[in-house]
Amino acid sequence: MKKAILKLETLACPSCMQKIENALKGLKGIEKDTVKVLFNSSKAKTVFDSEKISIDAIEKAIEDLGYPVIKSTVKDA
Amino acid sequence: MQTFILNNKKLITLLSGFLIVSGFFSRFVFGNIVVLQTALIIASIIGIAPIAIQAYQALKVKVISIDVLVTIAVVGAFLIQNFEESAIVTFLFLFGHFLEQRTLNQTRSAIKELTEMAPERALVQTNTGEFEEVDVDEVEEGDVLLVKTGAKIPVDGTVLSGEGYINEASITGESVPVTKTEDLNVYAGTILENGTLQIVADRVGEETTFGKIIELVEEAQDSKSEAERFIDKFSKYYTPAVLVLSFIVWIISQNIELAITILVLGCPGALVIGVPVSNVSGIGNGARHGVLLKGSEVIHDFSRVDTIVFDKTGTLTAGTPTVARKETYGEDSEEALNYLVSVERESDHPLAKAILEEIKATKNYVVTETEVIKGGGIVAQVSGHRVTVGNVTLMHKEGVKLSKRAQKDIKQAEEKGHSLVLTAVDGELRSLMGIKDQVRLGVKNDLKKLKELGVQNLVVLSGDNQGTVDAVASELNLTEAHGHMLPEDKSAYIKKLQEEGQIVAFVGDGVNDSPSLALADIGIAMGSGTDVAIETSDVVLMNSDFNRLPHALGLVKATASNMIQNIVIAVGVVLILLASVFFSDWMNMSIGMLVHEGSILVVILNGMRLLKYRLPRSRETEQVNKVKIK
Repeated sequence: MKKAILKLETLACPSCMQKIENALKGLKGIEKDTVKVLFNSSKAKTVFDSEKISIDAIEKAIEDLGYPVIKSTVKDA
Repeated sequence: MQTFILNNKKLITLLSGFLIVSGFFSRFVFGNIVVLQTALIIASIIGIAPIAIQAYQALKVKVISIDVLVTIAVVGAFLIQNFEESAIVTFLFLFGHFLEQRTLNQTRSAIKELTEMAPERALVQTNTGEFEEVDVDEVEEGDVLLVKTGAKIPVDGTVLSGEGYINEASITGESVPVTKTEDLNVYAGTILENGTLQIVADRVGEETTFGKIIELVEEAQDSKSEAERFIDKFSKYYTPAVLVLSFIVWIISQNIELAITILVLGCPGALVIGVPVSNVSGIGNGARHGVLLKGSEVIHDFSRVDTIVFDKTGTLTAGTPTVARKETYGEDSEEALNYLVSVERESDHPLAKAILEEIKATKNYVVTETEVIKGGGIVAQVSGHRVTVGNVTLMHKEGVKLSKRAQKDIKQAEEKGHSLVLTAVDGELRSLMGIKDQVRLGVKNDLKKLKELGVQNLVVLSGDNQGTVDAVASELNLTEAHGHMLPEDKSAYIKKLQEEGQIVAFVGDGVNDSPSLALADIGIAMGSGTDVAIETSDVVLMNSDFNRLPHALGLVKATASNMIQNIVIAVGVVLILLASVFFSDWMNMSIGMLVHEGSILVVILNGMRLLKYRLPRSRETEQVNKVKIK
């Protein structure tokens, strides 16, 4: 299990959070309960299974929604 | 294509605004309706594109967002050929978004200032012994780093060699530079103002004290209170409900215009954004003023506090005792004081330190047969004399006679709340030291402000004797004072208050009072950025600065009421809009969108007021300041 912290471009609307949250929860290999989107600090945090999904795929899912990922860090959870 | 449109939202907004204005210009100046219609159609189409894309993305992940409502409304207006409405609504929505983003960045600026203080680069020693610049994330524990004048210390570490002055304001709030030499600790985020240091990394990244502070503040600004979670849940169902309502209205009235107007009016924008902006501004203001608030639940609880319980030593008092009274008895007192100093030098008791600070010995003696009497003092042999140093109980036990004058001095000192150190040589009383732990500067005034802010009870709990605690309590006008308390007595006392239904805050130094800090509804740590304080408490006063406490309480009260104001504004606006669409005829989609976007800006601006919040000065403070200036 790995923990990902993704720094996003400034989030401006609270419904963006809901979108990103739902998008991440819909991915395979993501621990659903750990998905957290921080509105004010414009970050997304989640724990994921690195054998089922890569950090690149997670980034892509968010960028496909129209929210550029500035930086992502992965740590052992 | 999608990204292109989304990336150029600003340009699209500008273009759509320009088309609308020039369309109306040609209509009223040249009477040309065709140009107006064309301009409005183009404005509608380019304007709706980014909104529709976002709506589609939202629907894909099963979210009915505001974008969905607006897209349906605009498409509806377009289909019934009301191009004026469709163009203006899309423009207002986009322009509103643009302003929202700008103002939101303002509310977040205080916290951004803090995170930008984090170090980014470090000079690391490589295998060859050279130093190489790398990203601070790549530094590992045990690495040797070089820090030059003007640079930020990149990690928490220990000085290996070199000497320098460091400004530790980012950790302690104290901006007077401290000298750092070999073996001393340095902290990430502090600035080397002068000198060059080589340091060993002990803790890196988020493990450093500064990293923890940042993480705490970041988590805090996005933490949600119960009320907020309720709003989130509410808006999850609210937006689809608006969609259903407008559909029902359309079926019943067969009036598309009315139905799509409801879609626009019902947007929940101000409601979902109102509370987070208050929260982030309030916490940001705190971070700027040395008050770390751990989230909106803390703000909510703290704003309703009834009783504040204080630890004494190191909280109300400075924690550095000093000799306040000195009496000697009999002849050749200099010799007796020399004996006292020689004995006290053997001890590391805080009272002994105070005495050593005060009295400089003229001669040093060898002390033998030292015996420490628990709860009493010390008995020792000094150059053939039996010297007894300690409290009144010890003197009685040793059979030392106390003269009338001595008894009077003892009584007076106890009444003033001094701790006593008596010295007897060969069974005769030779000196008395009244030692006082000074009340911190300005505490009295700060406590008065807390009362003015509505705190009912101010209680002090201490392990000291009741006399000392009572003295502090009466000096500071506290409501209650209890001495002889062990840490577990303190937490039991807090529990008792809570069972009486009071909301209790506990203020302590965060080291020996962790149980009380954790148990109280609000644990307030006066830690100079120590790890324990940061982790166990709800509020941290940086730099152990007591006078931040009234600011903290005033701020949470202002923040809590700011949230309520924003909720009232948001709900009020939606209710008024919906009422006027049914009961008046001046309401249409464009006005609705204008009011709606306006209300979003109003709640953001209202939240931003918190960034500038300062505690109103009470009259007495002003007078004190005037006196100081004179």
